[in-house]
Amino acid sequence: MKKISIDPITRLEGHGKIEIFLNDEGDVANTYFQVPELRGFEQFSVGRMAEDMPVITNRICGVCPEAHHMASVKALDMLFDVEPPPAAKKIRELVYMAFYVTDHTTHFYALGGPDFIVGPDAPPSERNILGVIKKVGLDVARQVIDCRARNHHVIEKLGGRGIHLAAGLPGGWSKSVSEEERKEIEEIAKKNIDFALFSLKIFDDIVLKDPVYLDLVASDIYLHKTYYMGTVDEKNRVNFYDGMIRITDPEGKELVKYHPKDYATHIAEHVESWTYLKYPYIKKIGWKGFVDGMDSGVYAASPLSRLNVSDSMSTPKAQEHFERMYETFGSRKVDGRYQPIHHRLATHWARLIELLYASEHMLELATDPEITSPNVRTIPGKIKGKGIGSVEAPRGTLTHDYESDERGILTKVNLIAGTTNNYAPMTMSIKRAAEKLITKGKVVEESLLNKIEMAFRLYDPCLSCATHSMPGKMPLTVHLRKPDGEIIRTFKRDGQS
Amino acid sequence: MYWAAACGGCEIALVNINEKILDVDAAFDFIFCPCLIDTKKKDIEEMPDKSIAITLFNGAIRTDENQEMACLLRKKSQFLIAFGSCAYEGCIPGLANLSEKADVMKTVYLDNATIDNPSGIVPQTVTEAPEGALRLPVFFDAVKTLSQVTDVDYFIPGCPPEPRQIWNVVEALISGKPMPPKGSVIGAGKSSVCEECDRIKEDKKIKALRRTYEFIPDVKQCLLEQGLICMGIATRDGCGALCPKVNVPCTGCYGPPEGVPDQGAKMVGALGSIIDIGDLKGLSEEEIDKRTDAIIDAVPDFAGTFYKYTLPGSILRGRFS
Repeated sequence: MKKISIDPITRLEGHGKIEIFLNDEGDVANTYFQVPELRGFEQFSVGRMAEDMPVITNRICGVCPEAHHMASVKALDMLFDVEPPPAAKKIRELVYMAFYVTDHTTHFYALGGPDFIVGPDAPPSERNILGVIKKVGLDVARQVIDCRARNHHVIEKLGGRGIHLAAGLPGGWSKSVSEEERKEIEEIAKKNIDFALFSLKIFDDIVLKDPVYLDLVASDIYLHKTYYMGTVDEKNRVNFYDGMIRITDPEGKELVKYHPKDYATHIAEHVESWTYLKYPYIKKIGWKGFVDGMDSGVYAASPLSRLNVSDSMSTPKAQEHFERMYETFGSRKVDGRYQPIHHRLATHWARLIELLYASEHMLELATDPEITSPNVRTIPGKIKGKGIGSVEAPRGTLTHDYESDERGILTKVNLIAGTTNNYAPMTMSIKRAAEKLITKGKVVEESLLNKIEMAFRLYDPCLSCATHSMPGKMPLTVHLRKPDGEIIRTFKRDGQS
Repeated sequence: MYWAAACGGCEIALVNINEKILDVDAAFDFIFCPCLIDTKKKDIEEMPDKSIAITLFNGAIRTDENQEMACLLRKKSQFLIAFGSCAYEGCIPGLANLSEKADVMKTVYLDNATIDNPSGIVPQTVTEAPEGALRLPVFFDAVKTLSQVTDVDYFIPGCPPEPRQIWNVVEALISGKPMPPKGSVIGAGKSSVCEECDRIKEDKKIKALRRTYEFIPDVKQCLLEQGLICMGIATRDGCGALCPKVNVPCTGCYGPPEGVPDQGAKMVGALGSIIDIGDLKGLSEEEIDKRTDAIIDAVPDFAGTFYKYTLPGSILRGRFS
């Protein structure tokens, strides 16, 4: 049996590795997507003071510390049995929208961009951020840098630090917003909306009008009919900060809608001995292995998943683009909701719609009269000792679950990070791409490298929470080996960006 | 720039120097290729020794793979710089040194709210799958700092280092300014965070320690003098006292000030001189102990408070010293 190692890390950075085994006919026998990294936050958080958790869990991921910070403070609100003042909740959400804008921007231009803007079949030397700049112009590159900078400025101003923020406390937020700051943020939010619309226009012009790309989207290489998960508000609209968790089945019907505190009733995690990362699945349906369909508990939690489980978007411009995306895919409304899009490459489009929603909602929050209220903290009374907090991280539903003693010393911690939700679908997408591209021992060299990479890139391959890899810096080496391990050929594509 | 057991925040901090990243890219193209972009181990192995000018190494040493890469990059680099708190002192993931490895495995894979693992599977370094062998790096018993596994030239503190401080270092390197002596901490000050903090200090004694959730601190007064354990007094300056600016205490991510070997010990010492346990006249030893204990009890997690970022690099090193 032949083995192909796709090692994004070449045993160098240690964050993700793919093994593809071929049978005697030269077809794919099986694939394994391994995560060779573990730090053990669930263990060493025990014994810590609960209120330290927003600062401790920031360090799970430096790409999305804001997501961990927010899930953590929400868990603390419950553990300390305290209701934050309305302004505090709004400030948290405002910071969170600024974060979403920078994060989705980084992903689209530095990661998804090379595949989408330059094109999936462009030469590898151009298929990187420099190629993106070449195609769209240096002016756009400056806009991307400006967008990241101004939103990180908001995060630092209100959160204390641009990375690993510090202002979250049980019962509120340590800093209120001054009128001067509010005005500045309002202007930033307006610029963000323009930038999001501009990005959607780029997507429209360069991607949707490109037949090569459209063919790829329509092909079944990246199609998986799984369950989907996302957080929705009281009107079943997309919400990043708060709401109920909704799971829909592959046909688009609601399977369940539950409060995040009941997550353990609905979600379980499967363990394999060949990877440090766990595989979450829907308990009711059960773990059936790496397969899709109604009978498999595998679900996805991504920008596309969030849109698939929602009836609509809560902001007008995002709603227009939401409708346009589903109409483009020929999805029809059933029970007031569009049927799900299973083409995983649409995740990139969904991400841009979310970028627009985050920008519009940021403006709503920045112009909310309550946002400048000095009342941003409620002092807790008695410690309840159990707290579960959840937000939509850009890469999926994020859950923090804490138990403590009466002094607030943690006794048990469970975490399900955003990317982890997608571990099974990523594994499946990689296998599907490999099966389609490798037949009878024939390896489609260049396509194999890039198209397998695209299979996990669409889930946001920074894989931060799970593997902490650098966005846009995903080098690939494929070794085609004989059964005895001897390398027959080596294909390389560096991750230059 | 290489990342071992890290969160990615150091990379984002580098990117957050914003438009200056284009200058860095222009000046250090060659260096970034092997470390950050062209990250193939084999290519680095094939390079002559000392052919990489500078390696910025972030992340702690958690697995054999991290250690192997640290040693390889040491060999190939003229300057090996421990970049950020994890590489410098072990940082928050270093708190794992308070636990046994077996406990980490048990908590993560065998015993928590969502685990479904009836056969008690725990990840193995080698798994014989039906199609062939699958390997994982060895998870060490304890977290180590970069300088505990190889020779380090400089240390850049911070979790993560502040972008403007990164730029200061990079700019100095680009302009070819003379570097400080080997082993120096660069990209930061030499004093404490208190030097950069605008809050008013009255050299007041404190009667009780309080936790952050218990009250809303005054925005102008020193947080330590209000009874919060602000680590600023035992932490190197360089960040700009960012956390106290939003009315929360410094948690110590820049590590100890120049010349201080142990941040936690420094903080305990500082507390000893600021805590007022009242009039001791006529009190028995037992009563004095009782009062001291009552104050100390208000902070029920010493390790996580005083050694949040420095446990593996501290004199204690956690359980495995």
